[in-house]
Amino acid sequence: MVTIDAAERPTETKPRPRRRRGIQQTRGYRVFQVVNGIILTLVVVVTLYPFVNIVARSMSDEAYIIAGQVNLVPRGFTLETYQLLMSDSLFWTNYRNTVFYTVTATVISIVMTTCYAYVLSKKQLKGRGMLVGIAVFTMFFTGGLIPNYVLVTSLGLKNSVWAIALPNAINVFNLLVMKAFFESLPTELEEAAAVDGLNTYGILLRIVLPLSKAIVATMVLFYAVAFWNSWFAAFLYMDRQELWPVTVYLRNLIAGATGAENVGAITEANEVQAEATLKAVTIVLTTLPILLVYPFVQRYFVRGIMLGAVKG
Amino acid sequence: MSSVTTLNSSASSPDTTTPNRPPRAPRQTWRRALRRDWQLYSLAILPLLFFLIFRYLPMLGNIIAFRRFQPGGNIFGEYWVGLRYFKMFLNDPTFWNVFTNTLVLGALTLLFCFPLPIVLALLLNEVRARKLKRFVQSVSYLPHFLSIVIVAAIVMQLLSMDGTVNQLVRAGGGDAIPFLQRPEWFRTIYVSSEVWQTVGWGTILYLAALTTIDDDLYEAARIDGANRWRQTWHVTLPGIRPTMVTLLILNIGAFMAVGFEKILLLYNPLTYPTADVISTYLFRMGFQSSNFSYAAAIGLFEAVIGLILVVSANLIARRTVGTSLW
Repeated sequence: MVTIDAAERPTETKPRPRRRRGIQQTRGYRVFQVVNGIILTLVVVVTLYPFVNIVARSMSDEAYIIAGQVNLVPRGFTLETYQLLMSDSLFWTNYRNTVFYTVTATVISIVMTTCYAYVLSKKQLKGRGMLVGIAVFTMFFTGGLIPNYVLVTSLGLKNSVWAIALPNAINVFNLLVMKAFFESLPTELEEAAAVDGLNTYGILLRIVLPLSKAIVATMVLFYAVAFWNSWFAAFLYMDRQELWPVTVYLRNLIAGATGAENVGAITEANEVQAEATLKAVTIVLTTLPILLVYPFVQRYFVRGIMLGAVKG
Repeated sequence: MSSVTTLNSSASSPDTTTPNRPPRAPRQTWRRALRRDWQLYSLAILPLLFFLIFRYLPMLGNIIAFRRFQPGGNIFGEYWVGLRYFKMFLNDPTFWNVFTNTLVLGALTLLFCFPLPIVLALLLNEVRARKLKRFVQSVSYLPHFLSIVIVAAIVMQLLSMDGTVNQLVRAGGGDAIPFLQRPEWFRTIYVSSEVWQTVGWGTILYLAALTTIDDDLYEAARIDGANRWRQTWHVTLPGIRPTMVTLLILNIGAFMAVGFEKILLLYNPLTYPTADVISTYLFRMGFQSSNFSYAAAIGLFEAVIGLILVVSANLIARRTVGTSLW
């Protein structure tokens, strides 16, 4: 349950002068502490309420939802809608697609990012500044939606996993985080390995990567969550519903649309029986994997963000 | 090993200092660098191809903003039309409407999403119970990990006619409001959902910066008679200023690209008057009207403004407070 990590840990271990307890607290500060507690409680409530509400809706009878009577607890408890959604083969096909796209795209991204970050971390390398610049410039200027679409289409990547994986293979922020990590590794080991006759590939695979498990794990999480959550690339490039990821399935459900071409349609009430419940169930089932792994992985995210921030 | 590096550095230093070097010199150092580090360079080939094809080629692809483009034809267009598409959108009243919407939504997002994480971080920093602090942090980070589709779906559920917000409206004696179909509500909805999703995650860097502030500074401030408010003002805020400036520049860089995907999911023709922004407008121009050149012209305009914004923000920050991205 560690949330804030490396940067804070040293101050935890060493006996830090307790500035907050050392001096007699003023009355005003005690009042502030109470108000602060109330504000932070409100933050927690406001953050969590939508989740609780959606779960309650997903297990309620449609009639109670339409009557506007469902907020914190399910009314007219039923799991029928869960059964309904789980019997929809398209939902499961789309879920499988999400897993497949996420795994493929993450593997490609990790290989590409690791290779480039390692090259960029070699300070003595000629042309390094230019190689960094090529990557960083794309953070601030991009070709834009239309040229990208034209490119992906004309490369024939439509309706394949490559349309999702290749155009987003390297995230420059992740690249800089990884580069910062590689730069922080001691160079002596690599030099010793070079003297022992190991070539660059050998050094990367056998010396550097085993030392970098933590950062690689963080990168896998960064990329995997991004690909798991992505919908727009699939929405643009996947013409057939059996190719959609589950995010597009949900998108079409909430947009009340039947096909990917139907953009900006208004949700029509009472279109399907149990529609409100169905939406809630779909939201719950698509969010569930993230909620389940979240407590275990969030500290890796925090660590990664900080590593990138140190570099600036 | 060391002799090679010294040789290399002595050979390359004249390159950088004297521009009028003999033409053979750089080729030789490059040749030496390639011979020595070719394995490293080979690792960069695939990533460079990626940047070239999927980042720089689309930049060149913007050339279709100046050319007639036909779907299925040449990806760089058929023939030159000059600035026709730029003149077209500059004379298009809809464009100026979406331009204004972009500025308003961008400004509102900046106004709320930039300072609120700082406030939350300062509040969290005053919490003495560590477990409570961690719990609040863990909870507030959570929305960051959700897909935009899920966030949009949750927003729609909360704001539906039978949703929580309308339950409160009814309890207060009012009539239910179809929020998502009312243009006057869109900005509030967009900015609130943006705050909900980003405020907790945004505190991370500030909390990290806060732990680096030297406790002696607080000690000194207290001896000088500063109360807690003045300590915050004179010690804490200056301590996190570099982080604030960096994040402000990054926020300004994202100004023009205001949450395209989220707006695309949340808006509908009824809310276009306030919700339609440059990116969603060009999306419809491109994919519904198949007017790719026109859409590309608008996209190029947007990207150039974005670049100008971030470069000038960076320049101003470097001149005034001495912190900058590059």
